[in-house]
This record gives sequence, C-alpha cells and structure tokens, in this order.
Amino acid sequence: MTLHQFLDTAFGRLGWDALPFWEIVRHPHDGKAWLNGLIASGAASLVVFGALAVVVMLTRRRWWRSLWSGWLTSVDHKKIGIMYVILALVMLARGLVEATFMRAHQATALNDTGFLTPEHFGEFFTTHGTIMIFFVAMPFLTGLINYVMPLQIGARDVSFPVLNSISLGLTAAGAALVMVSLVLMPFSTGGWSGYPPYTERSFNPGAGPDYWIWAVTLSSLGSTLTGINFSVTVYKERAPGMHFFRMPLFCWTALCTSILMIFAMPPLTVATALLALDRYADFHFFTNDLGGNMMNYANLFWLFGHPEVYILILPAFGVYSEVFTTFSGKTLYGYRALVLATMCIAVLSFGVWMHHFFTMGQSAELNAVFGISTMLIGIPTGVKIFDWMLTMYRGQVRLTVPMIYALGFIMLFVIGGTTGIVLANPSVDYQVHNTLFLVAHFHNMLIPGTLFGMLAGYTMWFPKAFGFRLDEIWGRRAALGWIAGFVLAFFPLYGLGLLGMPRRLHAYVEPAYLPFTVVALVGTLLIVAAFACLCVQLWVSVRDRDHLSVRAGDPWDGRTLEWATSAPPPEYNFPVVPTVESKDPFTHEKLDGKALQSPDDWQDIEMPRNAALGLVLGLVGFLGCFGLVWYMWWLVVLAALAGLGAVIARSFTRNTTKTISADEVRAQYMEWLENVRALPLTVRSQESSRANNGRAMPVMKEQQ
Amino acid sequence: MPLTLAVRDRKRSPEPPVAISRAASAVAVAALVALPGCDGIHITFLDPQGPVAAQQRTHFLIILGMMAIIVLPVLVLTPWLAFRYRYGKHNAYKPDWNFSWKWEVLLWGTPAVIVVVLGVFLWRNTIALDPYKPLLTSGPPIRVQAIGYDWKWLFIYPDLGIATVDELAFPVGGQLALDLTSQTVMQAFFVPALGSQIYAMSGMVTHLHLAADAPGRFRGRNTQYNGMDFAQQRFEAVAMRADDFDAWVQKVREAGPLDSRARAILAAQNTAQEAAQNLGVTMPLRFGSVPPDMFVQTSQPVAAAKP
Repeated sequence: MTLHQFLDTAFGRLGWDALPFWEIVRHPHDGKAWLNGLIASGAASLVVFGALAVVVMLTRRRWWRSLWSGWLTSVDHKKIGIMYVILALVMLARGLVEATFMRAHQATALNDTGFLTPEHFGEFFTTHGTIMIFFVAMPFLTGLINYVMPLQIGARDVSFPVLNSISLGLTAAGAALVMVSLVLMPFSTGGWSGYPPYTERSFNPGAGPDYWIWAVTLSSLGSTLTGINFSVTVYKERAPGMHFFRMPLFCWTALCTSILMIFAMPPLTVATALLALDRYADFHFFTNDLGGNMMNYANLFWLFGHPEVYILILPAFGVYSEVFTTFSGKTLYGYRALVLATMCIAVLSFGVWMHHFFTMGQSAELNAVFGISTMLIGIPTGVKIFDWMLTMYRGQVRLTVPMIYALGFIMLFVIGGTTGIVLANPSVDYQVHNTLFLVAHFHNMLIPGTLFGMLAGYTMWFPKAFGFRLDEIWGRRAALGWIAGFVLAFFPLYGLGLLGMPRRLHAYVEPAYLPFTVVALVGTLLIVAAFACLCVQLWVSVRDRDHLSVRAGDPWDGRTLEWATSAPPPEYNFPVVPTVESKDPFTHEKLDGKALQSPDDWQDIEMPRNAALGLVLGLVGFLGCFGLVWYMWWLVVLAALAGLGAVIARSFTRNTTKTISADEVRAQYMEWLENVRALPLTVRSQESSRANNGRAMPVMKEQQ
Repeated sequence: MPLTLAVRDRKRSPEPPVAISRAASAVAVAALVALPGCDGIHITFLDPQGPVAAQQRTHFLIILGMMAIIVLPVLVLTPWLAFRYRYGKHNAYKPDWNFSWKWEVLLWGTPAVIVVVLGVFLWRNTIALDPYKPLLTSGPPIRVQAIGYDWKWLFIYPDLGIATVDELAFPVGGQLALDLTSQTVMQAFFVPALGSQIYAMSGMVTHLHLAADAPGRFRGRNTQYNGMDFAQQRFEAVAMRADDFDAWVQKVREAGPLDSRARAILAAQNTAQEAAQNLGVTMPLRFGSVPPDMFVQTSQPVAAAKP
C-alpha cells in the first residue's frame, strides 16, 4: 500500500479544501474570499479554542472526575434535563450569530451586493434552521420536560433512565456533528428541510448534505426514544392519587408531545435514511431519474414536519399554563378544556401536512380540505389563549420575568396565529408561500411561542434546580429585549413577504426591500443584546447566589408537587412518594397546613446506578456519522462494532441499581426541614426581592 | 410608480362586509405607504395588476378583518387584565374560580364561527382560483411552456415557434396558459403582481393561468432555493398591447435557433446573462425557432441518469 492509498483510506474524501480558510489560499486576491474565509475561520477557531478552553478549565480545576460521575454518566433525569438545556443554550448562541450574519448580509445586499458569498449564505440559513429546530428548541423542551415532569407527577425518575441518557448522547452527537462542520466544511445549503433533488448526489456531491442527513438522523433517533420514555413515564410512574385529570397541564402537554414524537419522528428518520441510500448506494427514491420522485420526500418530511411544530409548541403551552396559574395565584381556568384543546391539537396536527406544499399542483379540492383542517387547529389554540387570559381574571397577577414572557407571548402569538390562518388559505398561500411572510410566520410561532415559553420555564424552574433565583433586573431586561427585538426583527419580514421577497434570498434589486431589511437587522441586534442580558443574568445570579438562595424550594408560591421538595431536590426527588388528593396538590397542602410535615413511614429507596452507555453511544454515533460524512469507512466499521459491543456489554451488567438507606433519606430530609421551618414566610410582595427565601406564604392566605 | 389603492374588479371578488373591507383597506394603505416607487416594475399583489392577484388581495384582507375579531380583544384585554388584577388589589380576588359555561360557549363558539365563515371563503376561492383552471374573465389563452433551468427560465411559445429566456411577454386581454417543468431541481414560478405561484418539477408538468389588467411590467422569479445564483433567477413578465406583442414576436423570430449547442449551454449552471455570453449573443436571450418537442422531451420522466 502506497502512502497515497493509505491516506485515501484513512481520510476518505477529507482534504485540505475542507478547511475554512482554503478559499483564501485558492483565491488570495479576492476580497470576498478573504472576508468569508475569515468569518468561517473565526467561527472554526471559536469551536476549537472553545473546546480547548473547556478542557483546560476542567483539568486545572480538577473537575474531570466530578464531571464524569456527577454528570456525563449520570442517569438522573434532573441532571440529564440540565445538560439538555445547556446544549440548547450553547447552540442558541450559534444560531443567533448566524441569524445576525444573514440579516446583516441582506441589509447590505441591494443591487446584488452583500458581503457573504452565496455558498456561505446558503450554509448560514441551513445551519440556522437545522440548529434552531433540532438542537435548540428540541433539547430545550426535552430538558425542561426531563427536569420538571417526573417531579410534577411525584416520580423518582423517568421509566427508562439509561435510555434517557442515550437520547441525550445521540442528540449531543448530532449537535457535535453540526459544530464540527464549522471546522471541516462545508455544511449543506439545502435548507433545514433538505429538499431533494437539490440535496441529491447529482446536484450536491459534497459532504454538506451528508452532514445534514446524519445530524438530523441522530437527533431524530434521540427524540423518538425520548418520546417513548416520557410517555411511559407519564403512564406508569405517577404517584398514588395522581389521576390523569389531576396532572398539571405541563404534564399533559409533555404527554401529547411525547406521543407526537413517537409517531412523527420516524417519518423523518425514514426520509433522511432514504435520502442517504440515494446518496450513498445509488438508490432512486427522490432522484429526478429512474423513477425517483421528490414529492414522496415532501410528504414524508412534512408528515414529520407538521406534528413537529406542535411538538415544539405544546410544551411551551404547558409552561405558560403553569406560569399563568402560579403568578396569578389562581387555579387554571378551564383545565379540562385546556386538556381537551391540547389533545385536539395533537390529533389534528397529523392531518394538515399538505399545507406545506399547496403549490405542488394537486387538485384544488384537496388543497381546500387541508386548508380547512389547518384552520380548525386555530379553534383549540384560540380557546387556550382565552383560558390563560381568564386565569388572570380576578387573580393576583405579579409581573415577574416568566409572566412578562407569557404576556408577550399571548399578544404576539395571536398575530402569528392570524398569519397562520392567512397561510392556511391555499389561494392566498399561492402569494406568500416561499416568501419571507412564511419565515416571519413560523418565527412568530417559534420565538414568542416556543422560545419565550422555554425561557419562562427556565426562569421559573431555575431556582428549583440550583437553589437560587435568577437575577430579576437582568431577567426583565432580557425579556423586554426579546419582545422588542422580535417585533423589530420579524414584523418587517411580513412586509417583505407581502412585497414578494422570497426566503433564502442572498441578493435583490428592489429598493423597496431595503428599509425593511435594515429594521430587521436592528431587531436582530436587539435580540442578540437580549441574549447577552441572559448571559449577564446567569453570571450575576451565580455571583450573588447566597443572596438569591431559595433552598426552602418554593420561591413562587408554587401549586404543584415539584415545589414541595427541596431546591435542588435530592437525587430521589421525594423522601417519601407523595400521595395526591387533588389538582394543585401543594397549594392545598399549604392551605391546610399539611406542607412541610415529616412523614412517619421511611423506606429504603432504590435508584438507578450511573451508566456510561449513553455517553459511549453518543460518542460512537458521532464518530460513525463523521466517518460516513467523509467516507472514512474504517471509522464507520469501528464505531458500529464499538456501539454493538457497548450494548452487549451493558446487557451483562446485573447490578444496575443502588439503594439509599431510609436512615440517610430521613437524616437529609429532617435537616432540610428544620432549616426551612426556621425561615420566615415570605409574602408575594417580596417575591422578587432578596427576602424571598423559598418559603412562601400562600397568596390566598395573604388575602384573607 | 402610481399606486392604485381601490380594489379593482369588484365584480370578480367576493364582496366583503363593508366594515371589514374598510378596516382592511386601512391595513392595505399602511402596508403600501411603505412601498416606495420603483422602476416601473410591479412586484406585489398588494398592488394587483391582474384578476387573480386582485382576488387574492381581497381574500387576504377579508382574513385579516375576520381575525381582528379575535386579535384586537386579545391585544387590548391582555395588558388590561394584567393591570386590573395586579397583585395587591384586594377586591375581586377569586382564587378557585375556574369554569363558566357562559365563557366556555363564547370561547369555543367565536373561533368556530370565524373558522366556518373563513372556511366558506377558503373553499370558494380555492376552487375559483385553482391555477390549473383557465380564467373565465380573461381572453384567449397564449400558450407558454416554461422550463426551469439553473438559474434561468426558458419560455417556449409553442404556437409561435419561438422561445425567450427570462422574458415573458404576452398581450393584454389574453391570458397566459403556462405548462411548467424543470430541467433540474425543483423550482417555483411566481409573478406576485399577477397571481399564484406553482412548483416546476423534473419529469412532471404543472399548470398555471395568469392575466394582466393593463400593459405593464411585472417582476417574476423562482422562489425555491436552487443554489448559488438562485437570487439572479428573476425575470420580467410584460403585458403588451396586441400590436406591440406582434412586433415583439417578429423581433424574436429574427433571433437564432434553439439548437443543440444552445440547449447544452442552457442546461449548464449559469444565469441568463452568462448563457447569452457563452452563446455569443447579447441580452435579451431569444430564440427564433424551437424544436417542437422540446418541452415534452424535457418534462418526460427520465429513464436514465442525466449526465
């Protein structure tokens, strides 16, 4: 074997041209190549040096061991939830930077100018979409559900803790693949939906679409497993007395989302797998020739894609339900109607996928049927909006940070709903399909809808997870920044869409577009500032954590079970599995003076042991897919064997649980309880002040 | 560019209730004020230049008007509720109130009624504006076969035996009857000021009917991303008086034939300008004669791999 053959085998099709500065080397006299090369190299060095910095810090602070045993191999649903949210926030930072570049580019792109090359712009909108959907929104909501749902139903963990960590591993592997594509370029330019035949080998032979395929495949597998895990948890792990109709609404939305995941993610996995077969094995599912038909892809993709938007929005609806009831000090209005509406949305979401391609040439009658079924979803959604408003009615509303997000959500979401109804009408959709109007619409659903919900949830449950509140002032700045930034960044896009500007456009000649793109850029910068406020908030809060401490665990006068335990909760969540007698159980306990009591029946608790399987499968998933992208077949084979070996080895592990003795549980709990009982009760006017110690006087008692 | 704000073709559009139409026109004015004059090319259906776009705008405004019934109360009541029932106001607190049939009927009923009303409009307009159906109100069809290439459109006039690239002329009073396909990846054909958009896909044929009210120039483009020079894949649709159109046809006939060399150049990835350059002709790129079966050949399902 010559050296050349060896290198070919070892590196597959990976060559020098994958390096982000290669364009500069190839065109050293081209200013645009320099600029784009520098931007790409800057991003790549952020990835490389960021990773290096983390490694150095872990080594210097000697955190490797605790990272390994406390986090990476942990199967505790709370730790996994936190890791999901961290992943989401890191990826959110990248997605935002990409959005800023695109908006800056479009604001300078009149008369076919602009500073990004078309390829670079194409990669930007593809990674932005892929990241925001699969590696921000999905991990964020999966993390929140992971953390909160088992606590709310009074469970000790999810049903399949190791599977949970495998899901995290696979999702993180997908995210890592997208990050690595910054260093070894290129990523796909086919958009987040990856429509063939554009993404087929005959039109895009490079590594880009393969990166996209494998990143999305890993993430979709992780989400399918998550869906199974969560739904079984809701079905089987509820505490005694936690009937379905006593579950907090967040758990209902978690259940609906999980069911959607189970049925909606596989079509995506199938779609990307078939596309991979086309690209790798010369199949012809979606090619132009030999009987391939891309319409099949469109159907498969949106069979996933439409339920997906409800996967993204329902957990946020759950968070808003908790926020409105908690911060209005009032039981949720229309609980059963809200449950019914959630279920309606979940079911209807499978019957509307065709509205993503009204313009594909099917019959008008078919379009009309799907248009009407789409509008039907507006009914339960509208009901929800009014239910939340009626929850405020005759309440005690406190304008805390989650509440600011929630109010911003309601007012912006109805506008997004309106444009959704516009898009549901096929004959009008013929005018705004594929334009920035559509882009504005789905950002209007996903930012005020999903992201505000996730940020509200993050603010609300952060004190539960870490024992201290997040700084209120910086939180308000961030929330208002997000709201104002959203309005400025996306309302102009409605205008641009109505003026006929297509999405994914890297240059234009219409002067009418310019003012809109400039305002949108300003809005985007405001959103970046809001994100910076979130970072400052986190830093300030960690610094002042002693003053913000709420170890008693109930900073917001919470109504549901998770607030009854300490902050942060012990690994086993509850010293004794609670018995539930009503909806809003913790509120009733507090009012009846049954909160903070010491149980008399202590028992040993059996908890799952740490497992490295999730980490290993994530790692081999990443390596295997990396090998697939660059045709390093030896790596693919090795990774597959290692993954198989790890699963087999795990199946020989008999000792999968550990026991925490009743005495230890009792000692921990009694110590906490004594501390809490010594604390004064806080009233709601102190909620946002340092006097808030996490021991809440129920607002209902205050009012008596 | 003078802006006509009145809704044209009253007879053709379903009549919206007066109040809605008034509120809707206000929205339209607001949207259009932001639209500065450009070089005479119509770019949007908010300033409709044909019967389809006009009906689409009317329908759009009806939807906005109907949805205002939901949106306005929410926008007003949400901040009011948060303020009126703010913490510390001691009266009126009712922590356990969680249901009322009165409200429930209103909450489910209002959106349901709105959806029913909008559903009727939706059904009627979707059928009426089916892009496959010839327009009843416009004149005789001008057949055009559009082929999407990377990154330009070829427009074949089969009845005239001519073809153009990124230039779609037709006589006012007639209607464009388009057959569309793609020689490459999926594309979407769209002339916003005239009407609907439709996909063009390889191995398949889609159809579209458009008409213009008066002579004018309208921006058209591909809206489906298809690579590097996607942004440059724009064209002009031009509605001409009949005699101007005949003169235009005569001029096109003088151009060279669409022979195999020209076809090869069109099939390569380039813009219209680059294709003209490669052919050694000046823009606009026109062909005086076309192989009669060119569109049929291109739109047929491909049995073997394309080179």
